Amino acid sequence: MAGTIKPRDARELRQAVEWALNEGVTLDVRGSGSKLDIGKPMRCDQVLDLSGVSGIVDYAPEELVVTLRAGTPLREVEALLAQRKQMLAFEPPDLGPLLGRAPGEGTLVGTIMGNFAGPRRLSAGAARDHLLGFSGVNGRGEAFKSGGRVMKNVTGYDLSKLLAGSWGTLAVLDEVSVKVLPAPDQTRTLLLLGVDDAVAVKAMCAAMGSPYEVSGAAHVGDRTALRVEGFAPSVEARVKGLRDLFPDAKMEELGTLESRAFWREVRDAVPLGADADDAVWRISSAPSDGAAVVARIKAAQPFAKAFYDWSGGLIWLALPARDDADHQVVRAGLLGHATLIRAPEKVRAAVPVFQPLPPALAALSARVKDSFDPKGLFNPGRMAGV
Amino acid sequence: MQMPPLDPDILARRGEIVAALKAIVPGEGVIDDIDSMRPFECDALSAYRQLPLVVVLPETVDQVSAILRYCQDHKVKVVPRGAGTSLSGGSMPVGDAILLGMAKFNRILEVDYANRCARVQPGVTNLGVTNAVESEGFYYAPDPSSQIACSIGGNVAENSGGVHCLKYGLTTNNLLGLELVLMNGEVVRLGGRHLDSGGYDLLGLMTGSEGLLGVVTEVTVRLLRKPSTARAVLLGFPTEAGAADCVAAVIASGIIPGGMEMMDKDAIQCAENFVGAGYPLDAEGLLIVELDGPAVEVDYLVARVEEIAKGRGATTCRVSRDEQERVLFWAGRKAAFPAVGQITPDYMCLDGSVPRGRLVEVLGEIRRMSRKHGLRVVNVFHAGDGNLHPLILFDANDPDELHRAEQFGADILRLCVRVGGVLTGEHGVGIEKRDLMNVQFTDTDLDQQMRVKCAFDPDHLLNPGKVFPQLRRCAELGRVVVHHNKIPFPDIPRF
Repeated sequence: MAGTIKPRDARELRQAVEWALNEGVTLDVRGSGSKLDIGKPMRCDQVLDLSGVSGIVDYAPEELVVTLRAGTPLREVEALLAQRKQMLAFEPPDLGPLLGRAPGEGTLVGTIMGNFAGPRRLSAGAARDHLLGFSGVNGRGEAFKSGGRVMKNVTGYDLSKLLAGSWGTLAVLDEVSVKVLPAPDQTRTLLLLGVDDAVAVKAMCAAMGSPYEVSGAAHVGDRTALRVEGFAPSVEARVKGLRDLFPDAKMEELGTLESRAFWREVRDAVPLGADADDAVWRISSAPSDGAAVVARIKAAQPFAKAFYDWSGGLIWLALPARDDADHQVVRAGLLGHATLIRAPEKVRAAVPVFQPLPPALAALSARVKDSFDPKGLFNPGRMAGV
Repeated sequence: MQMPPLDPDILARRGEIVAALKAIVPGEGVIDDIDSMRPFECDALSAYRQLPLVVVLPETVDQVSAILRYCQDHKVKVVPRGAGTSLSGGSMPVGDAILLGMAKFNRILEVDYANRCARVQPGVTNLGVTNAVESEGFYYAPDPSSQIACSIGGNVAENSGGVHCLKYGLTTNNLLGLELVLMNGEVVRLGGRHLDSGGYDLLGLMTGSEGLLGVVTEVTVRLLRKPSTARAVLLGFPTEAGAADCVAAVIASGIIPGGMEMMDKDAIQCAENFVGAGYPLDAEGLLIVELDGPAVEVDYLVARVEEIAKGRGATTCRVSRDEQERVLFWAGRKAAFPAVGQITPDYMCLDGSVPRGRLVEVLGEIRRMSRKHGLRVVNVFHAGDGNLHPLILFDANDPDELHRAEQFGADILRLCVRVGGVLTGEHGVGIEKRDLMNVQFTDTDLDQQMRVKCAFDPDHLLNPGKVFPQLRRCAELGRVVVHHNKIPFPDIPRF
């Protein structure tokens, strides 16, 4: 059982990494640990627990930016923003229950490290699009920063993009600045009823290509959901416009509160209805390919369950437990990427969790990793295969 | 502007290098006589000029790959160039480097409306993308003011912005995929029509890397549906503070306008004399607020913005009545640079970003510096996102004025960093701000960035002399210092 080292501030964090470098100790870097079970299983010498480096550093609502420490719980950030009617527009999911944990445990920085995003990914971007800057420690034990606290910044390489989605393998962050946006006044959801997958994908793509600023497009079962948000008169007009797009469809509408509950469930992959021992995949493809991807998988694995977000471009997939998690079936001919979000440790050890890269890209990614963490101290092997 | 010393060995081998390039790119794709190379001697930062070693204009990805592999093998430097509209000298030639022009990559390969994206070659102009999809009601959102001329490949290199960034993001938020050629000739594809990446987000890293990491040969851009309505509101304020307060109040009220621009009194006057847009000449600060979306939403937001502006003491408040008037309101702002060009032999355009809350203080300080340096300054800026464009007026024929203008510009950028901002919001570092990078970054910050560069280009052959004040050798950067006096760090809690 590895010991835990728990720094209380940026200085101690740097000391901890310096110590690890000197001792040749590998680190399992975690915030709250809510996403521990995503990625390749690791064998680390020590746990580096960031939950002690926590708290809001600065929040400037009129600047649309919040600065916080790495261990700050996501729910604390969201509660703060809600007081000023603002939000993290990329809708950070809470995958706790999907992963067999309690809800509401994650940190914002953990969400950023997985580059997660909810339904609004379509119109507002992912975590990567909202990380304005950070400071942290690289694998040489050096404190460094990138980006800033302003909206527009092209000074030097955009290392924020690289850190978002790096699963803690490049650097240990101590502080981030994140863009925030006004929360919508009202939300309305138009449900198209009795729609099959192929028709649903066409309908979602048509809605996304309409001028009605759809901020969520999901397909669950035989219902296709289109979300419209904003100021009341605008929401009213846009919902009407959307209805007119589908003159022959059977429709229902959800109001603001029902909509919020519905999209929260979509965000957290609740509609997947995965059984406790199912393997769960998250597939990103071109939206228009979504239904075909699922049809191909279902042809090989009839017990597959799936639902669509991001206009068909995000597929949540549950497959009956198998030693290889059907990874070849899932990835065969896929133009995009598939991540095995949930599977037992021995399955994750055996199959590529992240989408395998072509050799030139894999070699380049390895050199990039090396440029931050040459001794492989941080989360060794977590993204193996990438 | 100090550039790296020329390598006499490369200069001596020029004939051999030209012959090798001609073997890769047949016909007129290699330009090696001095007169024909003249048009390439500078980009839009035209105060600095330099002839390249030779110009090569490839037409295929295979040619780009062969050129880069040759350059890597023979240690020849390469400067990539799109349309040459960089305001920071990002594509300025280097005397012992090949200038690799991508202008012949000018085709739109595919438009995919279902997935709202287009696959284009890097030499296509920014406006060319919008023009190609406009008939179907779509557009490409980032709109730098050079959009008629600037290329998509250049936009990727610089992470270009425009007046609509606050709502629609910069280039980096509007890309789905890239194909690029690495310095070793390898061709790599990033992204595609899907969102995000399964591995490291190299697409995000490439965007804004100023041509130092690879040469982009294909770009997949996101297309957006054109808003059905757009209206502009012209707001004049008796003080700059009033205008700045109004910007903050609009955003605090939950409105993100499509664009929100501010001009100071001198800029208002210059633009009005040049275009006759009907700007209020008595105002100290002018805002142009553009609201877009469905007509009812725009009407609703216009009314709210008017109300907020009046509460902040606006003395002029005009709403565009039709498309013609909206375009007229913008015409003055869009012509602000040439308008300033009418009243001065030369001007220097700066590009710092600051937190919006410090805007008024920064403007006051810029005026004080203007008196100190004895040079006039005119201010236009993207107020919504705190991106300043102070224009320093000077005469380049007077060496002392040029020198003072450079000093003044550097002072403004230092001020931006001091108040919590950055050196450049959208124009890039290039050669222009290269030597100020240490104001914003520590040596450690810059070393980390250079190590990333080493992962792509271990011999520093790609776009040398740009972005980094001093390039350190990759071998030296790669060393890991391990302190052998082992420290236990007993003061950190452990379990």
